Amino acid sequence: MTDFTLWDIVRNLLFALRWTVLLSLVSFVGGGVIGLLVLFARIAKRRFARLPAKLYIELFQGTPLLMQLFLVFFGLGLFGISVPAWLAAGVALVLWTAAFLGEIWRGCVEAIAKGQWEASASLGMSRLEQMRHVILPQALRIAVPPTVGFSVQVVKGTALTSIIGFIELTKAGTIITNATFQPFTVYGLVALFYFALCWPLSLTSRLLERKLHVSHRHH
Amino acid sequence: MSLIAITDVRKSFGQTEVLKGIDLDIEPGEVIAIIGKSGSGKSTLLRCINGLETINGGSIAVAGVHVSGEDRQLRELRLKVGMIFQQFNLFPHLSAGRNVMLAQTVVKKTPKEEARRIAEEMLDRVGLGNRFDALPEELSGGQQQRVAIARALAMKPAALLCDEITSALDPELVAEVLQVVRKLAEEGMTLITVTHEMNFAREVCSRVVFMHLGKVHEIGPPEAVFGAPKTPELRQFLGMQ
Repeated sequence: MTDFTLWDIVRNLLFALRWTVLLSLVSFVGGGVIGLLVLFARIAKRRFARLPAKLYIELFQGTPLLMQLFLVFFGLGLFGISVPAWLAAGVALVLWTAAFLGEIWRGCVEAIAKGQWEASASLGMSRLEQMRHVILPQALRIAVPPTVGFSVQVVKGTALTSIIGFIELTKAGTIITNATFQPFTVYGLVALFYFALCWPLSLTSRLLERKLHVSHRHH
Repeated sequence: MSLIAITDVRKSFGQTEVLKGIDLDIEPGEVIAIIGKSGSGKSTLLRCINGLETINGGSIAVAGVHVSGEDRQLRELRLKVGMIFQQFNLFPHLSAGRNVMLAQTVVKKTPKEEARRIAEEMLDRVGLGNRFDALPEELSGGQQQRVAIARALAMKPAALLCDEITSALDPELVAEVLQVVRKLAEEGMTLITVTHEMNFAREVCSRVVFMHLGKVHEIGPPEAVFGAPKTPELRQFLGMQ
C-alpha cells in the first residue's frame, strides 16, 4: 500500500475544488438569469403569470435540494434520457438558486415605496420602463448584500451533488478518504476549503450591508 | 369643449363607495381647488383623473381622451396631465436634473441634449436652476417639491394635478412651493389642487369645489364659497358656526 503525504491529499482536493467553484458559478449565474424571469413573473400585473411563478418558488423552497437533485438525476432517466451527474447537478442547482434569488429580489422590489411607482406612472412610463429606470436601480442597491449572502448557500449546496456522483470537493474527499483511511484529516481539509470559499463571500455581504446602511442614513 | 369632463364618476374600495357620482367640467386655464374633510374623496377623485385609480362607473375625459384601464390610452392621457404628490416622490437615485430629464427621454424619446435643455429651463422656472446636479437627499422638502413640479412641467402637460402638495412640508417651506404654483396659475396653466391652504384657494383659484361624503357638495367662485357658504356642512368645515 502506498503512503499518502498531506500534499497528495491537498493536491487532489484542489483539483476537485475547481469543479465546486465552476458549479457554484454556473448555478449562481444561471440561477440569476432565471431568477430575474421568475421575479418579473412574480410581480406581474396578470394573475396567470404570477401564479406559476409562485408555485415554482414554493415548490423549490419547500422541498430539500437533495430531492430536487434526485428528481432531475433519476427522473429524466425514466424518460430514457440518461443524464450525466454534472448536468443533473447543474440543472437542479440552477433551478434551486433561481427560486431563492427570485424571492429575495421580489422582497427588494416590494421594499421600494409605492410613490415611486405612482410618480413614474404619472409621467407616462410603461411598467417595463418603470422597472428599468426607476424601480430596479433602487432595488439593486438593497438586493446586493442578501444576494451575495445567498451565494454562500449556493457554494455549500454544491456539496450535495456528491451524492449523485458528481466529483466535486466533497466527493473527492470521500474518494481520498477511501484510499487513505484518514477521514478526519481529509474532511477537515475539505471543510477548510469550503470555508475559504464562503468566508470572503459572507464578509463581503456584511461589508456591503454596512456600507449601504451608512449611505442610507444620509436620507 | 372642456379640458376635463367628469361625468357621474363612481369609485368604490371594497364595500365602501368613496365617490358617489361626481360631475365636474373644467375649462382650459381654470384653477380649481378641491377642499373637504379627509375621507371626503377629494384625493381619490384626483387620482382617478390620471388613472392611478380605476373608476367603477361614469366617465372621465381629458382633452377628448377617455380614462380607461387600457395601457396605451393611459400613457396618452398621462402625457396630458401631470401629477404632483404630497410626498414629492422624486427618484432618489437620480439628480434633480436627471429626475426632470428621465420621462422626457424614456417616454417622449426626446434627444438627450434637448431634454437637458428643457430640464434646465424647467428647474430655472421653479427657482432651482443652480441645483441641476443635486441629489434629492441634498435638497430641502420645499426644493424637492419644486423639482417634482419641474419634472411634471417638462412633459408639457395640459393640466397639473396637485395632491396636497404642501401637506408634508415644514411651515416655513410652504410659501416657496405655493409661490411657484401661483406663478403657474398666472401663466395660464390649468390646475386642479387638493389643498388645505384656504388662503391659497381664496386668492388663486377660479373655482372652489367642496366635497363631502363622496359628492360635490358645493361649488362656486371663491368669494361665494368662502364668503357666503350655502350649506351647513361647508359652514362647519370652514369653522363658521
